[in-house]
Amino acid sequence: MAEIRNYTMNFGPQHPAAHGVLRLVLEMDGEVVVNADPHIGMLHRATEKLAEQKTYLQALPYMDRMDYFSVMANEHAYCMAVERLLGIEVPERAQYIRVMFDEITRILSHLLFLGAQGLDLGAMTMFLYTFREREDLFDVIEAVSGARVHAAYYRPGGVYRDLPDVMPRYMASKTRDARTVDGLNKARSGGLLDFLQDFTERFPAYVDDYETLLTENRIWKQRTVGIGVVTPEQALQLGFTGVMLRGSGVEWDLRKKQPYEVYDRMDFDIPVGVNGDTYDRYLCRVEELRQSNRIIRQCIEWLRANPGPVIVGNHKIAPPPRAEMKGSMEELIHHFKLFSEGFRVPAGEVYATVEHPKGEFGVYLISDGANKPYRVKIRGAGFAHVQALKELAPGHMIADLVAIIGTLDFVFGEVDR
Amino acid sequence: MAGKLEQLKNNLEAALGNRIVSLTQALGEITVVVNADDYVIAARTLRDDPRLAFSQLMDLCGVDYSTYGEGAWRGKRFAATSQLLSMEHNWRVRLRVFAEDDEFPLVETLTTIWANVNWYEREAFDLFGIMFAGHPDLRRILTDYGFIGHPFRKDFPISGQVEMRYDPQQKRIVYQPVTIEPREITPRVIREDQYGDLGRH
Repeated sequence: MAEIRNYTMNFGPQHPAAHGVLRLVLEMDGEVVVNADPHIGMLHRATEKLAEQKTYLQALPYMDRMDYFSVMANEHAYCMAVERLLGIEVPERAQYIRVMFDEITRILSHLLFLGAQGLDLGAMTMFLYTFREREDLFDVIEAVSGARVHAAYYRPGGVYRDLPDVMPRYMASKTRDARTVDGLNKARSGGLLDFLQDFTERFPAYVDDYETLLTENRIWKQRTVGIGVVTPEQALQLGFTGVMLRGSGVEWDLRKKQPYEVYDRMDFDIPVGVNGDTYDRYLCRVEELRQSNRIIRQCIEWLRANPGPVIVGNHKIAPPPRAEMKGSMEELIHHFKLFSEGFRVPAGEVYATVEHPKGEFGVYLISDGANKPYRVKIRGAGFAHVQALKELAPGHMIADLVAIIGTLDFVFGEVDR
Repeated sequence: MAGKLEQLKNNLEAALGNRIVSLTQALGEITVVVNADDYVIAARTLRDDPRLAFSQLMDLCGVDYSTYGEGAWRGKRFAATSQLLSMEHNWRVRLRVFAEDDEFPLVETLTTIWANVNWYEREAFDLFGIMFAGHPDLRRILTDYGFIGHPFRKDFPISGQVEMRYDPQQKRIVYQPVTIEPREITPRVIREDQYGDLGRH
C-alpha cells in the first residue's frame, strides 16, 4: 500500500481569495487543513516610519492607505489622537459630519465584504449589486473631498470643508442620451444631503434584495453555517474586535461603550450573533448596514437644521479662509507657517480608538513637542484577525478556508501597514 | 469619567504596589511603567486582579526613544508599550517596560498571559530588534525574507540600506547599496509658537 503523507502547500500571496497579499503555508491532509502559517508583510510600506518624517498634516493622507476600504474611519482615529494631544474641541457640526461619514464608510466596507464573500463562495451576483451601491457612496465622497477613495477629508480640528450645496451631475454624451442622463440626475438635482437622503431611502430595499439572494439560500448556508466557529472565550483570547467579536455574542461596540463624537446622541442598535460562525457574522454585517443607514438619516436631519463652522477657528491649527488670507498679513503668515512648517503638538502620548467597520482601529501617537510625530503606531483590527487564521483554519476543508478568510474581513493595507 | 479614572488609579496603586516605577495620568489616560524584572508579574496582576481585569491586550508596540526631544532623552532607549483594555470595567491602561540593555534589548514575553500578543511581539522584534525572552516563535513578520537590520530604529535611514534592481548581465534580481540622496523637505522643529498675533485666539 502506498505511503500517505501530509503535504505542504503554498496559498497566495497572489490568489484571488487571499483578499490582498496573504501568503499561507498550509499543511494538508488530503483536502483538510492540518496547520496554517500566515505570512504577512507583502504590503508593508513602513507608514509609521514615513509618518515620523512628515508634519502632522502631511501624515494624514497616509491613514487613507491603511484600510483602503474604510478610508474615513482611519482618518478619524488619527485626527482624534492629534486633537486630544492639542486639546482642541471639534465643532458640533463637524462631529455630525464625521459620524455621518464614518457610517458611510461602514456601509462601503460591509458592502465590499458582502460582494467579496459572495464572489468567493460562488454568488457572483452579489458583487455586481453591492458595487452598484458603492458607486453612489463614492460619488458622495468625491463631492465633499474631490477624491473617490483616498479622501483626506477629516483634518485635525474638524473636516476640510462644509458639505457642498450641489451634487455633480452627469452630462449627455455619445454613449448617454439626454433622457438617460435626466434619469441619472434625478437624485442629483439638490445638494449632497438631498442625494444622500435619497440614497438612504433606497438603501433598505437594496439590503432586502441582498438578503433574498443569500440569507435563506441553501448553498450559502451550506458554505457558511458552522464554518469558522469562534466561541466567545476564544474571540476574547484572540483579541478580536468588531463584528468578529459580536458575531460570537459578545456585546462590545465602542460607539456604545466608549462613545466618541456624537454617537451618544444617535439612536441605533448593535446586532450580536449567537453561534459565532461565518453565517452569524454575515447576518451581523447585514444588520449593521441597516443600522448605519439609520444613523446617517439622523445625521442628515441634524445637519440640515444646524449650519455652523466645520473646523476650529484657531488658525494655528486649521488654515484660514482664502479670502481672509488675501487681505490680512497675519492670516497670510498663518497660512504660510501651517503649510510649510506645520503646527507643533505638545509633548505627550495618546491612544485614540474608533469603532472601525472591521473592529477597533487605534492610533497610538507619541509627540515630543515637534511639528512631526515622534512615533505613530496604528492598531488595525485585521492584524489580530489574520493572526487567528492559525487557530481557525485547522480541521476545515480547503474550500472552507476561503470562507474563513472572507469572514475575517481583513484588508492588507492595515495588516501590513 | 474623571471619577472612574481616579478609581482605576487607586486600584492600580493598590494592586501593583511598589512594582510601579511611575504612574502618569494625562489626557484622560493612565500610563504605568514597570521594571523589566516585574514585567510579567505586573501583567499577570493586571489581567487576573478582579479590581483591574484587563483581559484584553489591544496592542503592543516597540518605541525607540533615542532621539526623543532632540537629544533631551536621558532614560533607556527601547520600550515595549502595550494598550490594555478591560471590557468588564470598560477602562484602558497603557503598560510600558524599558529594556535594561540598550545594545541588546531584552524583555520577557507576554504570550503566557495574552495569547494574541504573539504577532505584536514579533512585529516589535522585527522593526526594533527588541528580543522577547520565552516567545515561542520570534521570527520576522513584516519585513522581507532575509532582511537585515531593524528598520524602525531611529538610526535606520528612511531610504533604507539596499535597493533592488534587475541585472541584465546576471539575468536576476540583485541588491545594491541605495543610490538615493537623503533629503528632508520640512525640518523637524521643537519650539513655542512665536509668530502672528498670539493674543488673538
